[in-house]
Amino acid sequence: MTEANIQTGARRELIAFRIGEQEFCVDIMAVREIRGWTPATPLPRTPGYMKGVINLRGAVLPIIDLSGRFGLGVTEPNARHVIMVVHIRDRTIGLLVDAVSDILQLTDDQVQPTPDVAADEVKAFVKGIFAIDGRMISLIALDRILPTEPEAEAA
Amino acid sequence: MTEDPFEAIKATFFQECEELLADLEAGLLALENGEGDDETINAVFRAVHSVKGGAGAFGMEALVRFAHVFETLMDELRAGRKPCDDATIKTLLRASDVLNDHVAAARGAGAPVDEARSAGLVAELEALTHGDAAPAASAAAPEADEDEFGFKPVQFDPMDLAPAAAPATSGGGDWRIVFQPNAALYAKANDAGLLLRELSRLGEATVEIDASGVPMLDVLEPEEGCLSWTIRLPGAVDEAAIREVFEFVDGDCDLAILRDEAEAPPVEFVAAPVAAPAPDLDITALLAAAQAQVQAPAEPAAPAPEPAPVIAAPAAEAKAPPAAPETAANAPVAQAPVTIRVDLDRVDRLINLVGELVIQQAVLAQRVSETAMIRATGVGQGLEDLELLTREIQDSVMAIRAQPVKSVFQRMPRLVREVAQMTGKQVRLVTEGEATEVDKTVVERLAEPITHMLRNAIDHGLEKPDKRVAAGKSAEGQVRLAALHRSGRIVIEISDDGAGINRERVLGIAVEKGLVEPDTQLSDEQIDNLIFMPGFSTAETISDVSGRGVGMDVVKRSIQSLGGRISITSKPGEGSTFTMSLPLTLAVLDGMVVSSAEQTLVAPLAAIVESLTPRAEDIHLVGGHTPVIRFRDEFVPLVDVAATLGFGIGPEPASTGVALIVEAEGGAKAALLVDAIQGQRQVVIKSLETNYQAIDGVAAATILGDGRVALILDIDALVSNTRRSVRKPDLKLAS
Repeated sequence: MTEANIQTGARRELIAFRIGEQEFCVDIMAVREIRGWTPATPLPRTPGYMKGVINLRGAVLPIIDLSGRFGLGVTEPNARHVIMVVHIRDRTIGLLVDAVSDILQLTDDQVQPTPDVAADEVKAFVKGIFAIDGRMISLIALDRILPTEPEAEAA
Repeated sequence: MTEDPFEAIKATFFQECEELLADLEAGLLALENGEGDDETINAVFRAVHSVKGGAGAFGMEALVRFAHVFETLMDELRAGRKPCDDATIKTLLRASDVLNDHVAAARGAGAPVDEARSAGLVAELEALTHGDAAPAASAAAPEADEDEFGFKPVQFDPMDLAPAAAPATSGGGDWRIVFQPNAALYAKANDAGLLLRELSRLGEATVEIDASGVPMLDVLEPEEGCLSWTIRLPGAVDEAAIREVFEFVDGDCDLAILRDEAEAPPVEFVAAPVAAPAPDLDITALLAAAQAQVQAPAEPAAPAPEPAPVIAAPAAEAKAPPAAPETAANAPVAQAPVTIRVDLDRVDRLINLVGELVIQQAVLAQRVSETAMIRATGVGQGLEDLELLTREIQDSVMAIRAQPVKSVFQRMPRLVREVAQMTGKQVRLVTEGEATEVDKTVVERLAEPITHMLRNAIDHGLEKPDKRVAAGKSAEGQVRLAALHRSGRIVIEISDDGAGINRERVLGIAVEKGLVEPDTQLSDEQIDNLIFMPGFSTAETISDVSGRGVGMDVVKRSIQSLGGRISITSKPGEGSTFTMSLPLTLAVLDGMVVSSAEQTLVAPLAAIVESLTPRAEDIHLVGGHTPVIRFRDEFVPLVDVAATLGFGIGPEPASTGVALIVEAEGGAKAALLVDAIQGQRQVVIKSLETNYQAIDGVAAATILGDGRVALILDIDALVSNTRRSVRKPDLKLAS
């Protein structure tokens, strides 16, 4: 559906955030809230980018370190880091990022295809890129963020 | 009328049926125990009657036919024309089972009714009704000779139910009764169909319907009474009897009772007082009546420009005081429990929210206590009050989900009767503590283990009547099913006064099946508990009842999966008692809060047998690197929780930590090595799968008082992991 929107010139709002020197963005409609980092309870036998789970008003919220997920290095979170609570498919997930930088209004025809030069890991999660004021912002495909779960799905 | 609302009404009918059938059985059981009185018989009659009435409205013929025969006998009994003796009650009980089957079949939920059985019971019931000497013998051997009676389905039609006793002699002109119910009549849950049926009992009745008052669908007011009936009855019928039929709808209908001598249409129009539509309108009764109407030849959709009020006599003139609660038409009104049906999802949402409130309150309290605010202001007092309130809210909300175990217990008498019949034993079931409340999800999952254990108690526990008599006991065995609350848990006890466990035989079978070594010395208690071992079945012959290869191990596992435990005590010659204890709810768990490698974890208390500080000399390595610990002459694998979950390394040496001896599924024991025990606590279970996925070794998560998430250990997974894979030892042992 999102792919289809890109073809049209529909306006959309995006939230941009930083991981290291890079800027990324996600559709604002997927973002439930943004909150500061709170220490997470680690989960056993999970990939390094799974920071564990936190208590979000009584719900158990898994936290994914986007930097680790993109292969940009594992984050050692501190109080200045930010968790974006997003809704992906039927799940609510926290994304650990360095900082939220902007709210953008763009039309889909401003999206350009991802250049081939980008690192493979990043490319796997990026749907396209925007160029605004000389900044390059990558649009993230949220549904690819969740870890694949062959075991859980089979069971 | 579209499809959906009708289905919904039908669903409501079946829900009501469930309650009615439960009342019915409860009444019969009370009669059986000699606790019943006339009112009990009336209650049973009303229950059957209501089932029949509803079923008639939905055109469930088989059900109606059976219920009718049942009802007829009950009518005889309540009138005192037939004695309500033991044999009759036994037959009625079996009839109630078949009635249950009919309802289930009509619902499409159960297997089709065993026609032979149903026919046999119809014959029995009819025999009892008519008091014939010969068929009475059938009560003794009901199932065997059903063919002799050659059951002819009794076509039941409420409209021409005329007792043979009332010959239609028309003396002095027939009665003509014109009856038009108002909305108020339906609003009081009366049913025109029932009244018509009552009338038809008085004599040969012909009923005509006038559907001309039914407006087009677009202007149809579903709560209005648009139909009217003209009933003709033989002149011999007593006027008072006719008036009595309408006694309870007096004032809620336009009614004319006329002698049909003259040709002149006796149309005198007097508006009867029309009550304002009552708020608690019973749509079911209304639509059921309407549905019955649709099936009648009259075409209700026939356009009529305006409702033609037919006739009315000042119905108010009959001022008989309301009495005789057994009047059939009054039955549906008789019980109006002050309850509402609420969607379970809404309750669960409320429970979740309250759970969050409790956690938030705890977090807030902790934050405040970290500051110096407590002493300076009234905040501390306020917080304490808040805590009391939130706890109270939580308890009240949990109480919404709590249900008495009665719903499960009341299914058991039937099971006991059937198993008793199959095994040729005489059994009396005594139930206690039916009002004991427990969470709905627990109630639902109690049925299976209780069923299984009751079967076992009768099949294996009780002796045959002759053996019992020989042992100096009464021929009738007793099985007791009891529920009680004990220290925050529900305890279910199933005991029999049978022979007790034959320990010699149990041990023999266990040895034969290779479950224990032949030379093992076991205490009586240990032998008794062998019956919980997988693959153990003691029945000499595999019986239909309980010897299907699934044994007590299955019961034990299903109880453990609910966080419960089961135990047995047995005395030779005196019987056995199974005791299971379960948590009151599945939403919270009794947990042991432990720390391991700086993590806080929760171990389900139900799985923990004991906790101990391991001594270095009790720890050994099997095959060089798999550590085991000696626990009461038994070596159990020692599992370092931190290492298994990948959190780091556990206490080193092991003797600085604490070992929790746990029992996993199938009775396998293991020792979980953790750093320290923090304490016991009830925790709210939160699924990890809601937002993430299942994790091996972790059953769920919970939120502790400090607002942090803690993981609940999956004991079974932890134990089976260690047995499956030989891991590199992360644990350096003190030698």
